[in-house]
Amino acid sequence: MRLHGTHIKLTERSLYSVDVKMSVELDVFVGNTTIMDKEVYQLWLNGYTVNDAVKVRIEGGVMEECEASAEVLLSDTMDQYRTFQMCERLLHHPAKLANQLLFQIPPDRQAMLIERYYAFDDSFVREVLGKKLSKGTKKDLDDVSIKTGITLKSCRRQFDNFKRVFKVVEELKGPLVENIRQHFLLPDQLARDYAAIVFFANHRFETGKKKLQYLTFQDFAFCAGQLINNWTVGAVDNMMEDMDVDLDKEFLQDLKDLKILITDKDLLDQHKNLVCTALRGKTNVFNEMEANFKNLSRGLVNIAAKLINAKDVRDFFIDLVEKFIEPCRSDKLTSIDVNLYLTHYTNSAHILDTFKHHAVWTRYMGVIKSCILRMYHD
Amino acid sequence: MPGRLKAKIVAGRHLPVMDRASDLTDAFVEVKFGNTTFKTDVYPKSLNPQWNSEWFKFEVDDEDLQDEPLQITVLDHDTYSANDAIGKVYIDIDPLLCSEAATVISGWLPIYDTIHGIRGEINVLVKVDLFNDLNRFRQSSCGVKFFCTTSIPRCYRAIMVHGFVEELVVNEDPEYQWIDRIRTPRASNEARQRLIFLMSGELQRKIGLKVLEMGGNAVVGYLQCFDLEGESGLVVRAIGTACTLEKMSTFPATATHPNNSSPSKDMKEPGFGEEAPGVPLSSGPPTPLRAQTFSSFSPSKSYSRQSSSSDTELSLTPKTGMGSGGSAGKEAGPLKALLKQQTQSALEQREYPFFTLTIFPPGFLLHVGGVVSARSVKLLDRIHNPALGNTRSYKLLDWNSFTADEPETRDAWWEEIRQEIKSHAKALGCHAVVGYSESTSICEEVCILSASGTAAILSSRFMQDGPLDTEHRFEEVVSPGCGFCHIPYDELNIPFPAQLTYCYCCRRYKVPDVLFTTIDLPTEANVTGKGCLIQARLCRTKKKAQGEGNAMAISNLLPFLEYELHTQLMNKLKLRGMNALFGLRIQISVGETMLLGLASATGVYLTALPSPGGIQIAGKTPSDITYEQHISNMQKKINDTITKNKEQYEINPPEVVEEIIGSPIPEPRQRSRLFRSHSESSDEVSEIDLSHGKKDAFVLEIDDTDAVEDIHALLTDSPTPAGFYSCNTEIMPGIQNWTSAIQMFTSVRVFRLNANLTNQGLNKIFSDLCENLLKSLYFKLRSMVPCCLCHLNFTVAIPEDELIQVAVTAVAMSFDKEQTLENGKRSGEKTLIKAITENDEQLQFNLELNAETSSPNPLGSPKGLSEVGSHPSARAPSVDYSSFADRCSSWIEQLKLKAHTIRRGSVKTTSSMEKASPLPEGRSRSLRSNRSYSGSSVAVVKMTPLSFIPGAKIIKYLGIINMFFIRETSSLREEGGVSGFLHTFIAEVFAMVRAHVAALGGNAVVSYSMKECVFMENPNKNQAQCLINVSGDAVIFVRESELELTSVQPQSATTQTSNGGEGT
Repeated sequence: MRLHGTHIKLTERSLYSVDVKMSVELDVFVGNTTIMDKEVYQLWLNGYTVNDAVKVRIEGGVMEECEASAEVLLSDTMDQYRTFQMCERLLHHPAKLANQLLFQIPPDRQAMLIERYYAFDDSFVREVLGKKLSKGTKKDLDDVSIKTGITLKSCRRQFDNFKRVFKVVEELKGPLVENIRQHFLLPDQLARDYAAIVFFANHRFETGKKKLQYLTFQDFAFCAGQLINNWTVGAVDNMMEDMDVDLDKEFLQDLKDLKILITDKDLLDQHKNLVCTALRGKTNVFNEMEANFKNLSRGLVNIAAKLINAKDVRDFFIDLVEKFIEPCRSDKLTSIDVNLYLTHYTNSAHILDTFKHHAVWTRYMGVIKSCILRMYHD
Repeated sequence: MPGRLKAKIVAGRHLPVMDRASDLTDAFVEVKFGNTTFKTDVYPKSLNPQWNSEWFKFEVDDEDLQDEPLQITVLDHDTYSANDAIGKVYIDIDPLLCSEAATVISGWLPIYDTIHGIRGEINVLVKVDLFNDLNRFRQSSCGVKFFCTTSIPRCYRAIMVHGFVEELVVNEDPEYQWIDRIRTPRASNEARQRLIFLMSGELQRKIGLKVLEMGGNAVVGYLQCFDLEGESGLVVRAIGTACTLEKMSTFPATATHPNNSSPSKDMKEPGFGEEAPGVPLSSGPPTPLRAQTFSSFSPSKSYSRQSSSSDTELSLTPKTGMGSGGSAGKEAGPLKALLKQQTQSALEQREYPFFTLTIFPPGFLLHVGGVVSARSVKLLDRIHNPALGNTRSYKLLDWNSFTADEPETRDAWWEEIRQEIKSHAKALGCHAVVGYSESTSICEEVCILSASGTAAILSSRFMQDGPLDTEHRFEEVVSPGCGFCHIPYDELNIPFPAQLTYCYCCRRYKVPDVLFTTIDLPTEANVTGKGCLIQARLCRTKKKAQGEGNAMAISNLLPFLEYELHTQLMNKLKLRGMNALFGLRIQISVGETMLLGLASATGVYLTALPSPGGIQIAGKTPSDITYEQHISNMQKKINDTITKNKEQYEINPPEVVEEIIGSPIPEPRQRSRLFRSHSESSDEVSEIDLSHGKKDAFVLEIDDTDAVEDIHALLTDSPTPAGFYSCNTEIMPGIQNWTSAIQMFTSVRVFRLNANLTNQGLNKIFSDLCENLLKSLYFKLRSMVPCCLCHLNFTVAIPEDELIQVAVTAVAMSFDKEQTLENGKRSGEKTLIKAITENDEQLQFNLELNAETSSPNPLGSPKGLSEVGSHPSARAPSVDYSSFADRCSSWIEQLKLKAHTIRRGSVKTTSSMEKASPLPEGRSRSLRSNRSYSGSSVAVVKMTPLSFIPGAKIIKYLGIINMFFIRETSSLREEGGVSGFLHTFIAEVFAMVRAHVAALGGNAVVSYSMKECVFMENPNKNQAQCLINVSGDAVIFVRESELELTSVQPQSATTQTSNGGEGT
C-alpha cells in the first residue's frame, strides 16, 4: 500500500532524539480499535506540521492535564498523523471506510472522520467558488493560501475534495444533494453545500468580482439551492433522467419570451402603473421606486433573456448586483422595501392582459426574488 | 480417505488495479490443498469479481488436514505474459476438525501479499466432512482441542489435568537456502510462510497424538514459538498442558450447539475405543485405568525424542495391553489393587511435572514454593553437508530426511533445562512446576535457552493418582485465601535463607516474608489494596566475540544479570510496600555488544504474608558530614515514596504483633550481596526466593557507584498517573467492576544508541525508554480513565548492534470508579466470593472419585519432601563453565556422527490429483448475480490478551488462531519510513486475525499474544522486512446483559456492567 500523504515526512533516519545518547528510530502504536484524537485530527486537517501541532497541543494544556512530557506528545502526534495518513485514502471514498478491514473504527467515529475531512473553510471556498476545478486553479492555491491564511496543505485537501465530489456527481443521474449524501456519506447541510459548490463550478458563476466581495459563501449556497430546486431539469421532472447540475434548457429558452415586458411599451407602462398603484402609500421610498421602475424592470428581464447563453449565466450574480441591488441601494431601499417591490412587481405581471407567460414568470421571479433578498445586505 | 475438504470461492472486492490500461483486473483464483489445485474462471474487468464457483472438493487424509493450510491464491489473468499474483490467503482448517469448534469458515478474508500487504478481500466458504476413522495406527489427532488460554477455558470443566506435553520440529529456513539468491523476495517469503504453517500444523498434530496417548482431549496453555536460527535452521517448538475437558451444558438458548451427530464426533475419542474422555465420570472408572496406561510408559523416555514411527509403537503397546486389563478393571477390586501398585504419585513418575497453566481451578493449587528458572547458553551449529547441499530446498517438505538429527539436539538441550527446573522444584520441596514457560534469545550463533516456572504443590483432585498428602488438602479447605502461601518446604531445612512467620490469615502455618511466582494471582487469594506493575531493567555491555568465547562471556555475565534484576525487583517491591510478585517474567536478550534483562511482574500485598520492612540506606564513610546528609536525604526520599505508594495502592494492613520464627538471620553482608556459584545453566532457585534480610532492616549499602545507581533507579520510576493502574497479570486485585470498554493494543519502539556508553549509562537509558513507553501508553489511553492496563507484556530484543527494540502488547480496561469508591472492597469481596462459589459449582469434579483414591496411600511424598528439602540449591545438577567448550565440541561430533542417519523416512506423496479445475470460459457467467457487497459493514471483533471479556460470557471456543506473516518492502521511504511500514503491517495483522475469527463465526479473540515481531531494516537500500507471529483463541461471547434476557439461568457477579461506551 502506498501512502500518498504529503503532510509529514517520516522518512528521516530517526524520528526524534530523546537526548544525545539515544534516538527513537521507530515508534508505533496500533490499537484493535483505532484510536483517534479529535483535536489532533483537526490540526492535521488544518495542515499543521507535526511540530506545530505539538506546539498547539502544549499551549492547549493537555500536558498538565495528563502528566505527559513534550516527548510523549510528539510521539503521540506523529503516531496519530500516521494513522490519519493511512486512513486518508479511505476517506477519499467514504463508503469504503465502512467495509474496509484494516482499521476497526466505531461508526460514530467514522462519521466524525468523514464529516471533518469534507468540512471546508468559508473563506477558502469563497476564493474558488465558481472557478473551474482544474489543475490551473490548483496551481494558484498558494496565492489563496497566502490570502486566506489557511495552510496550503489544507487548501489542497479542500480543493481536492471539491474536485472529487464534482467528478463523481458529474456522471450520476438523479438529485444532486441526495447523490452527494449517498456517495460521500455526508450530513445533510454539508451535502447541500457541496451541491452548491458543484453547481457553481459547473456553471462557472462569477463570484470573485469586487462588487460581489460582500457576499458570503452561505449567500451563494442559498442561491445555488434556489437555482437547483427551481431552474434545473430535476426540479420539474422527477424522472431522474437528467442531472440536477444543468439548468433546464427549455426554461432558459422560454425566458426569452419575457422580453415582451420591456420591449412592448404599453405593457411596460401598464406594469409600472399596476406596481405603483399597489405600492403607493406603503413605503417612504415610493418616489425612487417609481422613478427607477423601468430601469429595474429592464435589468431583471434582460438577465432572464440572456440566460440562454452560457457566458451570460456566469455573470448572473454580478448582473443581479449591478442591475438591481446597486440601484436599490443607492436609493436607500431597505430589504423590506425590496421585498415589497418585488412581490408587487411579480404579482402585477399576472394581471397584465397581453402577458401570457405566467408559468415561466413565476418560476423565474420566485428564484430572483429570494436570491435578491438573500443578497440584499451590506 | 478420512476427510473431504470443500471450498467455494464466492466473490472478491476492493481488488487492486492490475491492468494499467483499463484500470481494472481480470481476476481468477487458485485453490490449493496439498498437491491438488483447482481454478475458478477468470472474471474479466472488475475490481469486485463475482466468481460464485462450484464446490472444490479435496479428498485427503486427516493427517494432512491437520498439517496443511488451505491455500488460496488470487491472480490476474494475462493473455500474453505470465499471470500476476495479487495475493494469497492461508486458511487454517484445524478449527473445522473438532466437532466442538467451528463448523464452517465463511466470510471476507484479506488477500495478503508479502510485498504489498493487504490487497482487497475474498469471500470464501470452507467445510470439512470427516469420515469415521477406524484406523488405530493413525497419525492424526483430529479432535484434540487446543487453547492458548492458560487456564481451564471458561465454558469447560476440567475432569483431569494430565500434564506436560512438548514437541519440536526443525527445518531449514528457506531464506537461507541457496535458491534464495535467485528467487524473488516474494517467492522466498511465501516459501517461509507456507513452511511455518506446515510446521505448526505438524507440531500441533504431534502434540495432539501425545495428548491422546495420555488419555486427554485437549491442550490448555498451548505455547508455540519459533526460533529463527538463521543458517542452522528454523525450529518450531511448543509446550502445553494436556487435559480432559468436558463442555458445560449450562448454555443459554442462544448458544449454537455443535452438531454432535456428525461423524466427526468420533474423532475426538482416543484411539482405543473405550469411554470417550468427555463422558461424565459416573460412567465407571476409566480414570484409574488411564493412570495405569500412563504409568506403564517408561518414565525416562522423552516424548519428544520419539520419531514419528516409534511414536505409534509406543502409544499402541500400552493400549493393547490395556485392552485386557481394561475389562477387568471395571470392578472396584482390581481398582484397589491397581492403586496399591502405584507407590509413587503420578507426578513423580511423570518425566516433567510441569503445567503451563497460570490460573487454576479452585482447590488445585495447594502451595507455592517460589520461582524456579534455568538458562543455558548454546552454540548453534551449522550442519553443513556438501553432499546434500544441492538437492536441498527444491521441495520444502522433505525436511524429515535431512535434518532428522536436529530435533534430537534441540530436544536434548531442552531436556537438560527441564531436568534442572525439576530438580530446582524438588529443592523447594515441591513436586510440580506451574506457570511454566520456555523461551530463547538468539544472536548470530549464540542462543540462550530459558525456562521458568513456579514450584508448587498441587492437589491430586485433577490427577489420576492418590493424594500427595492429606494434610495439605485438609488445610486447603480451612483457608483458601492463604493456603497457597504456606511454605511447602521443611522449615528446618529451608533451602535458602528466609524469614518465616506464622500466616497472618490463619495463624497456623508458616509463610515466607516474600513470595515470587510466575502464575496469576489466585482468585481466592486475600490481598490488601491494589497491585501494580513492577519492572527491573538492566543493560550490560559485552565485548564482541565469536563462537565459544562469546558463549562463555555470555554465560559469565548471566548470573550477575539475574542477581541484579532480582535485587532491583526486591527493592522496587519494598518501595511499594508490597510483599509478593505474580506473573514474573524475566527476559534476557543477547546482542553482539550487550545483554538486556527485563523482569516484569505484578506486585501485590498478600494479607497472609508479613508486611515488608522499609529500605534502609547505610553509608560507608560516616565521618563526612555532607555525605551523611546526602544519605539522610535519600533515606527520607525513600521513606516518603514508600508512604506515598502505600497510599496510592491502598495498602493499609491491620496491625498485628509479629513473631519471627524459623531460620537464623544471615549476616547483613551476606543478605544483600549473596553470591552463588553460577553454572553454565544458571540456577535461580535460591536466589529468587532468597530473603533480603530481616524485616524493617533491609539495608542498601552505598559503598559503590552501583548502589547509588540502584537507588536512583528506584526513585526514577515515575508513578502511574491518576486514574491508571497497571499489571502484567490477567486482572488487577482490588478491581472488579469492569465496564465492557476494552482496548487491546501493540506498541513497538526501536531505539538507537548513539554513543559508547557505560553500564550505568545504558541502564539509565534502557530504564528511561521503558518508562517513557509506559508514559506514552498512559497518555494514549487517557480517554479510558479510570482504567487498568492488564497483561502488559514487554518484549525486548536487540535487532542489531546499538539498536534496542521494545514491543508491548496489553489491554486497557475501563472500570467503574464510583462503585469502587463507594462500596469498594465490600462489594468487591462479595462478587469475588460469588464468583468462587459459582466456579465451584461449575467445576464440580468428582469428589467421589477423589475420596476413593485419596484414602489408600497417604505415603510417598511427605517422605520425598523431607528428603528433597535437604538438598540445598547449590547442589542442583549443574555443569562447570570450564566444561562448556568440551561439551560444545562433543555436540558437534555427535552431530557429525548422526548426519547421515535418516530416521524419518516418511515421504510425502507427490502424486498429485488431476487438475480438475479448468472450466469452460463463461460457463458460470449466468451465475453472476448482481449481489452487492458494498453495503455490508464489518463485524466488530474484540481482541484481548486476557482469557475473558469483562461483562460477557464466552459461550463457545472456535479453535486456535496461530498466524505467521512476513512483510517486506523495497520502497521503505514511500511507505512512510520504518514507522509507517510497521504501523501498516501490525494493522494488517490485526485485520487478518479479526477477519479469520469473524469467518469462523466468532466475535472475539482471547488470550491473544504477539509472540514474535522480528523487524529488520536497511534504510540505505530503502528496504525493510518484518515477521510477526500471533496466536489466540477464537471465541463467541455474549454480553451478560443479553444473556439474562435469553436464559433462565440466573447470572451472577457483574450484572451491573454497563453495556454502553463500548471500546472495541
